[in-house]
Parts: sequence; C-alpha cells; structure tokens
Amino acid sequence: MITAMMASSYNAKEEDGHHSGAAGHGGAGADKSRKPDNTAFKQQRLPAWQPILTAGTVLPAFFVIGLIFIPIGIGLYVTSNNIKEFEIDYTGVDSKSECYACARNFSWNSTTPCTCSMNFTLEQPFESNVFMYYGLSNFYQNHRRYVKSRDDSQLNGDPTALKDPSKECEPYRTSEGLPIAPCGAIANSLFNDTLELHYVDSNGTKVEIPLVKKGIAWWTDKHVKFRNPNGNTNLTVAFQGTSKPVNWGKPVYELDPLDPENNGFINEDFIVWMRTAALPTFRKLYRIIQKKSSTTPTLPSGRYILSITYNYPVLSFDGRKRMILSTISWMGGKNPFLGIAYITVGSICFFLGVVLLIIHHKYDNRNTSADIPN
Amino acid sequence: MLRRRLNRLLGGDERRVDSRTVYVGHRSSPDSEGFIPPKFCDNRIVSSKYTVWNFLPKNLFEQFRRIANFYFLIIFLVQVIVDTPTSPVTSGLPLFFVITVTAIKQGYEDWLRHKADNEVNKYLVTVLEDGQRIRKESEKIKQVGDVVEVEEDETFPCDLILLQSSRDDDTCFVTTASLDGESNHKTHYTVPDTEKDLESLSATIECEQPQPDLYFVGRMHIYKNNQEPIVSLGPENLLLKGATLKNTQKICVAVYTGMETKMALNYQGKSQKRSVVESINAFLLVYLCILVSKALVCTTLKYVWQGKPGQDEPWYNEKTQREKDTNLYLKMFTDFLSFMVLFNFIIPVSMYVTVEMQKFLGSFFITWDKDFFDNEIKEGALVNTSDLNEELGQVEYVFTDKTGTLTQNNMEFIECCIDGFQYKHRDASSELDGFCVTDGPVSKLQQKAGREKEELFLRALCLCHTVQVKESTEPCLDQVDGLNNQVDGLGIDGDGLGIDGALSHLEEQRGFIASSPDEIALVKGAMYGFTFLGLESKTMKILNRNNDVEYELLHVLNFDPVRRRMSVIVRSSSDTLLFCKGADSSIFPRVRQEEVERIRLHVERNATLQEGYRTLCVAYKLLSAGEYAQADAGLREARLALQDREEKLMAVYNQVETGMSLIGATAVEDLQEEAAETMEALQGAGMKVWVLTGDKMETAKSTCYACRLFQKSTELLELTVRTLDDENRRREEKLHDLLLDYHKKAVQDAPPVKEGVTSWSSSQDYGFIVDGASLSMILNSSSDSSNSRYKNLFLQICQNCTAVLCCRMAPLQKAQIVKMVKNSKGSPITLSIGDGANDVSMILEAHVGIIKGKEGRQAVRNSDYAIPKLKHLKKLLLAHGHLYYVRIAHLVQYFFYKNLCFILPQFLYQFFCGYSQQPLYDAAYLTMYNICFTSMPILAYSLLEQHICIEVLLDNATLYEIAKNAMLRWRPFLYWTVLGLFHGLLFFFGVWYLFYNPALQDNGQVFGNWSYGTIVFTVLVFTVTLKLALDTRHWTWINHFVIWGSLAFYVFFSFFWGGIIPFLSQQRLYFVFANMLSSVSAWLVIILLILLSLLPEILLVVFRKPRGPHSRQ
Repeated sequence: MITAMMASSYNAKEEDGHHSGAAGHGGAGADKSRKPDNTAFKQQRLPAWQPILTAGTVLPAFFVIGLIFIPIGIGLYVTSNNIKEFEIDYTGVDSKSECYACARNFSWNSTTPCTCSMNFTLEQPFESNVFMYYGLSNFYQNHRRYVKSRDDSQLNGDPTALKDPSKECEPYRTSEGLPIAPCGAIANSLFNDTLELHYVDSNGTKVEIPLVKKGIAWWTDKHVKFRNPNGNTNLTVAFQGTSKPVNWGKPVYELDPLDPENNGFINEDFIVWMRTAALPTFRKLYRIIQKKSSTTPTLPSGRYILSITYNYPVLSFDGRKRMILSTISWMGGKNPFLGIAYITVGSICFFLGVVLLIIHHKYDNRNTSADIPN
Repeated sequence: MLRRRLNRLLGGDERRVDSRTVYVGHRSSPDSEGFIPPKFCDNRIVSSKYTVWNFLPKNLFEQFRRIANFYFLIIFLVQVIVDTPTSPVTSGLPLFFVITVTAIKQGYEDWLRHKADNEVNKYLVTVLEDGQRIRKESEKIKQVGDVVEVEEDETFPCDLILLQSSRDDDTCFVTTASLDGESNHKTHYTVPDTEKDLESLSATIECEQPQPDLYFVGRMHIYKNNQEPIVSLGPENLLLKGATLKNTQKICVAVYTGMETKMALNYQGKSQKRSVVESINAFLLVYLCILVSKALVCTTLKYVWQGKPGQDEPWYNEKTQREKDTNLYLKMFTDFLSFMVLFNFIIPVSMYVTVEMQKFLGSFFITWDKDFFDNEIKEGALVNTSDLNEELGQVEYVFTDKTGTLTQNNMEFIECCIDGFQYKHRDASSELDGFCVTDGPVSKLQQKAGREKEELFLRALCLCHTVQVKESTEPCLDQVDGLNNQVDGLGIDGDGLGIDGALSHLEEQRGFIASSPDEIALVKGAMYGFTFLGLESKTMKILNRNNDVEYELLHVLNFDPVRRRMSVIVRSSSDTLLFCKGADSSIFPRVRQEEVERIRLHVERNATLQEGYRTLCVAYKLLSAGEYAQADAGLREARLALQDREEKLMAVYNQVETGMSLIGATAVEDLQEEAAETMEALQGAGMKVWVLTGDKMETAKSTCYACRLFQKSTELLELTVRTLDDENRRREEKLHDLLLDYHKKAVQDAPPVKEGVTSWSSSQDYGFIVDGASLSMILNSSSDSSNSRYKNLFLQICQNCTAVLCCRMAPLQKAQIVKMVKNSKGSPITLSIGDGANDVSMILEAHVGIIKGKEGRQAVRNSDYAIPKLKHLKKLLLAHGHLYYVRIAHLVQYFFYKNLCFILPQFLYQFFCGYSQQPLYDAAYLTMYNICFTSMPILAYSLLEQHICIEVLLDNATLYEIAKNAMLRWRPFLYWTVLGLFHGLLFFFGVWYLFYNPALQDNGQVFGNWSYGTIVFTVLVFTVTLKLALDTRHWTWINHFVIWGSLAFYVFFSFFWGGIIPFLSQQRLYFVFANMLSSVSAWLVIILLILLSLLPEILLVVFRKPRGPHSRQ
C-alpha cells in the first residue's frame, strides 16, 4: 500500500509539473522534432519565491517571538503554581510508616486484605475539582515484554480472541487450561489497592469524601476500544470458559458488580491501567472529587485520613506507591517545566534580538562608512 | 583508422594467433584429403544477461551483492528470525520495494537487449547453398564458410569477405553509421581474380583467429585448373557485421560469425563509474559504528541493569518459558541483534532509493534543457549515466580533445597560398571576386602566381583525396551539365567566378563522401577551378572549365596519422603524376627546400596568429615511367605481404614520396562556436583545461591561442622533442634539466597559492606544452626512481599552469595522462570531452566523459554525457553540474541528519524502559517516516533547488568552485551530525520533562507511552521538514505543495491511523493523536521544541549571510 502510494504520488507530481508548465508557457515546442519542450518546469524556470533570511527579516521575528513567549511562559508558570498538589508515599518502606506491616507481611495467598491508614494535613484548601492519582515508581510499564503482553481484540470483545488469546500474552495466556480473560501481563498486574479519603472535621468525626470513579479513562477507550464480549449484559455468561488472571482476586466481571456500565473490560480503573505509562515513574488517575458547591472548597484545609487496602506489592522490585491529590488547570496537572521553558526561550529570543540589532546596526554603519571612500 | 590503432594499443599483446582456414561454400579443396570441417561457433549474438529462467535467482544474487542491499537483507532476516521490537514489515517493505524496482528496471533493460539480439538474430539473409538462394534467419548461418548474398541497404549478418559485387568496378560502398556513427561511405573491394561463377569456386581463406582488432590480414587460395593463385586479403575486403551495404548487391563469404565477429569482440561492457558522492560510504561507516556502539551500549547496560535484584523479572512481568530456557549468551546475542534492528533506521534504505531517484529524475533536466538543443543536428543533450550528475559540479581538470572538439569538424575552405601568394575566399557573394588576392605583392592579376601553378594546385586538390561522389542522385550529372555554363565562369583569373549560390547548389546536388571532412572542404575549395565528378573504375573524372579530364587512378597512398599525409598516383593522358598533401611538418622535409621558405611564412602565420586555421601543404612530383614501375612493384609486393604489411607499405610510401615540389598550402577554418568563451568560463570557474591532441604542436598551439587558453601574457614552458634536441647532450639529461628548470619557475617561484584563491589571480600565467614523445620519456623513463620523480615534477608543473597542451598524443597516452592526474594527490575530479573514437580511451578513464557532436555513435555509447556543441559544456558544468552537486550533497547530509534525530530519541528511550527494546514510535510511524512523511520534500528539494539562479551561475563562473567536494567533507558532516544529535536530545528530553507529570489533559486524564512517542514524532516530522524549508532558497509551487502537503499528510495519516476509520479501533494508537491535539500542553511543547530546534539554524543563516559569497543582488 505504501509503495503504491509513494509511486502514485510521485507520478502525480511529475504530471502536474509538466501540465502546469505547459499551461503557463503555452507549450511553445509545437514542432514535432526532438526539441525539448519549452516549459517552465522542464527548463527549471518555474516561478519561485526566493526568501532570504537576513538580519532585517529575522530581527522582528525574534522580538515577536520573545514578546509572545514571555507572556505565555509567565501565564503557564502562574497557572502551574496555582495548581494545588499534594503527594503522599504510602509504600511503607520506613518502619515508622503506617503501612510498614502491610508491606512487610505481604503474601499473594492471604485471603484477608491488609489495611492501613495514613494521616495527612492539607495546608491550603483545594478549590476546584480535585483529581486523585496513584503514582508508582520504578515500575516498568513501558518494558517491551510488558507493553506487548495484551490482546487488543480480546479487549475489544472479539469472542474468538476471548477464547483463544494472542500468543503475545504468554506467559499470562492460559491458566489451568482455560484462556485468561483479560490475558497478558498488563491486565494481570492491575493496580488493586483501594484508596479511600476521609476528612477529619473540627469535631474529630471522619467524613468520607465521595470519590467518583467515572470519567477517569479516555472517552474513546471506554466507548470504542474496550468492549465486553456479548454486550454488557450478563457478563458472567459471556466470560464463561475463561479464567481470571492469576494475580487477581476476582474475575473480570466482578470488577464493579454494582454498575454494569463499569464492569468487565470497560471498567475504567482497568482501562486506565491498560494505557501503559511512558516512563517508569508515573501516575494514573484514580478518582475524581467533584466540587459540590461554589461556596465551599472541594477539599478544605485540615486533617485527612487516607485508608488503604494494601493489595499491591512493590517492594520486591524496589518500587514506591504514592497517592496524589491535584487540581487541574487548562494545561493539565502541575508542571512548571513549560512555563520556565517558555520564559527562557522567550528571553533568549528577545536577548538575541537585541544583540542582533546591535550587531546589525554596527555592521551597517561600518558598511556605509566603508562605502563612502569608494 | 585511429580506431584501428586504438584497438591495437588496447589489445596489448600483439599475438597473431594461429590462423583459421575457411572453406568457401564448404567445398573442400582438391588437395586436402580428409576434409574435416573445423568447428566454429554459430552466428547467434547474445548480449543479454538473463533468460526467463535464470532471471530471478541471478538478478537477486547480483542485487544482494551490493553491500547495502545485503545489509538490509540481513536486518530483515534478523527481524524474521529473532523476536525483535519491530515487525519485519518495517524494513522488509522498503527493501522489497527497492529490490523490485531495480529488478524491473534491469529486467526491462535486458528485455530490450533481447529484443535487439532478436532483431539481429532473426534478420533474414540470403544464403547460397548448392546453387540455390535460401532465405534464412541470421542466427542460422551455421558455419563459417557459408556464402551469403547481401542486397542494397541490408546489414551484414557477420564478418564477410567480399567475393563479388554487382558493380563493374568490383567495389561496394558501406556505411558504418550503426557502428560508429560515421555516415561516410567507405569503399570496399572484391577479392581480385575471383571467377564470376561462384558455383564452381573452390577456395580456402586463411586468416587470423577472431580478435577485437579491426585490422585484418588473410589470404585466399583459389583452386582452379590446378593453378593456385594466392590473393591477399586486407581490411578493404572485409565487411564488418553491423555495417550496411549501400547501392550495390554482392556476394560474400562468412569468415567470422556470432560472438566471434569483430563487432561482438569489440563490444565491451562499460565499466561502472562510481560517483565520488559515494564518499557517503564513509559516512555510512560512521553511522554503522554509531549503530553498533549504540546496540552494544544498550546490551551491556541491559545486563548490568538486570543484575540488580527484582529488575530482570518482577512479578508483574514474568518471562515466558522459552525465554527462561534460552542460553544466556545466546540471549545476549539476540538482544544485541534486536537493538541493531531497533536502531537500524539510522541507515535508511530509503536514502539509496531517494538518491537513485534524484539522479535518475534529475538527469531529465539535462535532456530537457532546450539550450542544449542544436538545430543543425536536431538533437539535444544525452545522458547515458545518471550516476554522475553531481560530478559535473566538482570538475577540477578538463581534458579536451582538439580536433572536432575545440575545433569544428565541419570545415570551410578559407584561403590558400599558391607559390607564396595568398588567396582568400570571401564570404560576401556580392563581390564577384569570390576569390581574390589579399596578400603578397599588392597589385592585381599580374602579380598572382603563375597560371600553371594555380591550375596545378587546384588540380592537386581535386585529385589528391579519397572522396566519393554520391551517385544515387542520377539527375545530378545532368544538373552538372546544366550548370556547366555557370561553372564556366568560375575561372581563376577573376572573370566572374565564385557564384556561391551556384556552388552550394552544386554541393547539395552531389554529396561528397569522405572519411575526413577537410577532404571535402578541399575538394569543394578546388571547385573554384576544377570540379571533381567522380571516380569510375579507377578513373577520376574532373571537370576543368568545359573539358572533362580523366585521370587514371593508379595508387592511393592512404592517409595515416603517423605519416600525416596522403598521396595519389594518377596518370593523365600525358604523364604520371604523384600528388601529395599533408601536414607541413611531414611535407616540408620531402620537398625541395628552396620552395619551402615562401610558404612556411604563410603556414606559420596561419597557425599562430590567426584563428587557428588548419593548414595542409600540397606537393606534387612527376614520375617517370621507370620511377613509376619501381613504385608500382614495391606497392604491390608490400600489399601482398602477410606479415608486417604495414611496415613494408610504410617503407614503400616513404620511398615514393620524396623529392616532390611544393605547390601551395591551404587553410581551413575550424574553431567551434563560442569555444573561446567556454574555455574562459571554465578557467574562470577554477578548472584547469588541458588540451590533449594528436595534432602537431603548431596547430594545437594556435588553437589554444584562438581559444584564449593561452593569453599573450602567458609564458609558455615547452617540453617537446624540439626543445629536447640538443647536440651536446642526451635527451634524458636535457629532459631532467628542463623539468627542474620549469619546476623552479612554475612551482617554487610562484607565490604560495592560498586556499580559495584561484590561479587566475596569480601574477604570472604559465602554459605548458608537452608532446607525446617527451611524455613517454617522462612516463616510461628507464630507472624506476627517476621515473616517479619525473612524473611528480611533471605533475607539479602542470598543476601550476593555467593551461596545459599535450600534442601528438596517441589515444592511449591521452588516457594515461588522465589517469595520472586522476590518481594524483587529492584525487581531483577529471572530465574528458572529445568527439570521436580516438577519445574513447580518455573518456572512459576520466570521472566524467563527455562526447560532443554528431560523429561516432560508438563513442557516444561509451560516454557519460553527449552534448551537441562545445559551448554547451559551460551550462552543463556551471549550472547543471553545480546545482546537482549542491542538491545531492544536501540530500545526503540531510538524510543522515533526519535519521539521526529520528533514532536518537528511540535510543534514549531505552534508558527509561529497562533496555527492553521498546520502540518509542509506533510501527507505522517507523515505516512511514522515511517513505512518506519526509521523503518527498527532500526529493523535491534535490530536484528543484537553485540556491543561486541559473543565470547568475552562468554569469559568474567563480561561483562554480566548491573546493574539493567541500559539501561532503567531514566538517559539514559533523555539523549535520551535531545538529541531528542536538535535535534528537531536544525532542526526547523536552517531552520527557513534560511527562514528569503525564496528566496533560484538562480533564485530569493521563497520557501513556504511545502519546509520548507521538508527541516526539510530531515534533520530529515538523522540525525536520521545516529545517528543509529553511534551507530551501527556491520555492516553486512544487516545493510548497510537497512540504506543506507532507505535513498535512502526516496529520491526516495520524488521524486516520488513530482510528477515524472504525476497523482500526483495535490499534494501539487508537485516538492517541486526537487526544494529543486536545491537550494544550502538548501543543505548547510541540511549538516550543520546533522553534527551539530551528533557532540555532536561523541564527546561523543570519550570521553567515552578510559574509557569504553567495549573496545575490
């Protein structure tokens, strides 16, 4: 396909060239001898724009870039600074940490989940919608063996792929003779800690903060790319004859039994996890805390308790787990990089503009003075 | 004639192998009892390389012998066998494309060869078998010895000996236009003394075994009535395969057939000339090193990294059973291969495709150029090798032939000098005296040379030649008769001669056919008094005023380049005369000395001061009956000799051509159109022009002056036989001294030439003249040490001279000189331009060979370019060559650059993905990057760019000079590599900082690894394309279309691939691109990075511009 495209586009170009040339110059070579056509294209005389970059043309551009970039940069920087972000590591490496026990005593076989809770304080209120992320470090979701260990057609609800997953899923393809659904290393290692957030109000009572678990995955993923086999009805039947991933406690059709729109392959936590991260330290959207009213902040400042159901072991590969609370602006999460970069580049441009102006000025002066004796 | 010499020289070992015996008509000779027909090959010509059956394997084998193709094949196989990060399609598809296109091209070419072979092999010929005429396909002439009948306008199916002609005078005319393009008709003769009745002819022919030498000797035994007359056979009896018979029907016998014909033996595949742009091979090597070291670094680090606990196989990412089972070292090896495959895009297949395409398509602009079209011959330029377009922009040495190249082979009779008085032909037809005395004693008629002298002179011109009159136009004779009245008026003594209209009319009517154009010019010149009517059975008819005069042509002493003269012996009613014409140097020693002085003055003046006329001297001698008898016997004997025939003939010729009296000299106008301007432009462009000619020094020198290669101020350093001849000392010593002396003058005393300062600005110009004899002394001097030393001295002198003239060169010596310069220090690019077969050797030797003009198809086939006129060389080099060089240099550098910054982020990504060979970009992007997204703009650029417009280039020759491949040296290469590194680093880390927080959308959702790759890739495609846009100085609509079209295509493709079409919804890139575009941060970072990468570029352009030499008005 590609070659054909290339060839055809090339041909088209040549013909176009000829044609336009002939049209432009009226096809002077009327005689039937072997005399070459006197067309602009063939004589390499196509009308051409010949831009020359000189100090004169570039100087204003530098100033303009500087003048545009610096405000943008400042805007970005301010925006990024206004974003509230709170981060807490709950891995439990430190023996003083609340989750130390859970981290130490982790075993795949334990039936009772280990829970721990951490206290933290928000110094400043979070005004707008708050987004809750979990962050993993030293977790190579971008490892090649890992990235390719999935079957997209199975996740798309293809019944044959459901029963016969792709070879790429090895060694998470079958378990006890049954095909795994969803197969592959990514699905198998689904992040399964449960995080809950409580606000400790002035009275000391714990108020559970409602966490919305929808709207965390890309709309297209949720509605097109990931499909349950046999629609969303009766997932138990649809997934019959398949096995749950080995590390999972429950099968895929019980990810969210209460909400059929968020169950099976179209469970949003699952979809978010399936979008593999770019770098070994990453964050993924976990929950959204909606702003309730315009008067009260979404998360007022004060004490909070993070309750964790500690299911996900990371110490074996020296990983870390974090919970991140963040507001979001039009540019996304907090990241001072863009602002700083824009301000820097803008300043450089401006500075270069000034330098060039000086050089240009001097050069011109010398030029004219040199011209006078002649 | 020259070609024969050439072939002999090239043939090297002059082994006259044992002869073959051919039985005419397969009739055994009476005396040979056990007649065993010897085995000869059949008459099938095979020039094709492939057959239907072996095409695929043979072609594939040939293609994969190219190192690049082989490399890509290996990569592809690795991808197929080893579990690699990218699918085999990514490298297999481009490779398949390249291989297929090349195979189709070569297949097509071979099909053409097959067709040509078939045309030759299926050609119907008439074979006489047992007295019957049988039409047969040419390839079915099974046997040497078959008797073949050829009719008019048929082509000879194999090498034949002419037995019988339908013409009375036992001759036939042959044109070798299809062999060497010379449309002159050549006369060949039947074997004398053969019977008319071929049925009963019983004869054997003894001749050499087949060899490429066009020379031929043999003898024929005819058995009749127990007599055995032996007849000698020479080249004049041999009809070569491929030539065409004109205006006779005749019968001949095959001597060489099939692949043993001289044509087939002479056909040699042209050796492939590789362009110096192949220095990209060095760059390729660097990139290969980069590739291997990258792969090594990654492999090493991978195993170091995996050594840390928990990294190799964390619980979430277990290995498959097979991986666990594999041997560690094998795994390391396959890992290494995988990295190689991942990074192999750094050496792109597509570069080869694009370079080939650029060269192929680019050469069309040369053939399309209407400035190269010549109205006379109705032909434009011809490109035989598109590989060398860019070489034209790098030429440092131009070797030019003189005759026919600097000078025109269409000669015009300008003036003559009879007995010391000069006659000039005036162009102006209004003047009745077309021919008037302009020099010598000033006053009029009485002071002219004596009437007899004039007549003798004109008669000599009229007789002493080998010109044929084309008789095909029968009414011609009547016309001539009709014209007689007018011709009548053409008396010498001014009574109304020279009505040019009538003359040219006459010329048109009677085509003269001659092997050398100056013969025609002279015969036409003689028309002022005598008109040559033709040669009929050894009788030359001449029209002198009203009287037909007949001369019996007794002998023709042919022209050859060694004797440099030719003679005829004719017998008129009263006496036997020998007329001789030739170069002054070869005539003067053979005439009575007292006559010489009067003419020498004119000759020398013509040669040096005026416009390089070509002069010939004419002499005659009255032969007494005794003298003639002696000469006749000598000639006959020499002609019959089987061995050393040439030498013997030469001796007789020399003996006969003595003691002649000089009549006069002729001058023929010759210089090519705009030769001087062209040469000046070439010198202005910093090229050194060397004239290599077989001609004598004086004429060559005058041509050099006329072409302004030598100026008045030029000091000439002469190293010729003349300067070497010194009574007191041996030649070698003198040579030694002269060389040292000149070396001191030209090299040591010359101010040190700074880099970039061209020679024309230096204070004193030197011109160097060397002749063939001296040159061979320099090149082949006895002791090895002095040999190389002389060679060095000679080269150094030559290199410091503005122009070098080598005269009296044999064709092979021309090639030797070219080779010597080509292999000298710095290996400069050489260009040879010539016009005929004698230049083929130097054309093949030089980097670029150019043939000018219409003669010599054979030469055209051997050349790389053919242009109709010398003046076209200027545009070819200064405009086309320069542009092609700049274009392709940019193309090559740009390709390396764009692939470096394409692959570098992928390499850097390995540090962040556990060295797991995870590709950063999607497979589609990997494949399409070089094929679709970035290939068209650079191709368009490399075809259309004119960094300086053509007119400016032509006006300022100095712009041509790009010192020694400057744009493909290491410095620019380093610059581009650093630029690629900078861009690659910028792309990767710019996005890396952005992904410090992957929540980039305003709904808090995060981006994954494919988004990362897509952002980097988008920045990459835009930057790389815009970088090219910045470099483009000549924006035609095609550039606009292709550059913006490519970017638009990228965006469109990304949307398409990202799942606008539902069936792609399972793609891993599903909506990645669209999501990226919905993120403001992504937009901002893309804009930022593009701008930041191009910023240094813009700065550089601005800073460089005011000082650059290429500023334009």
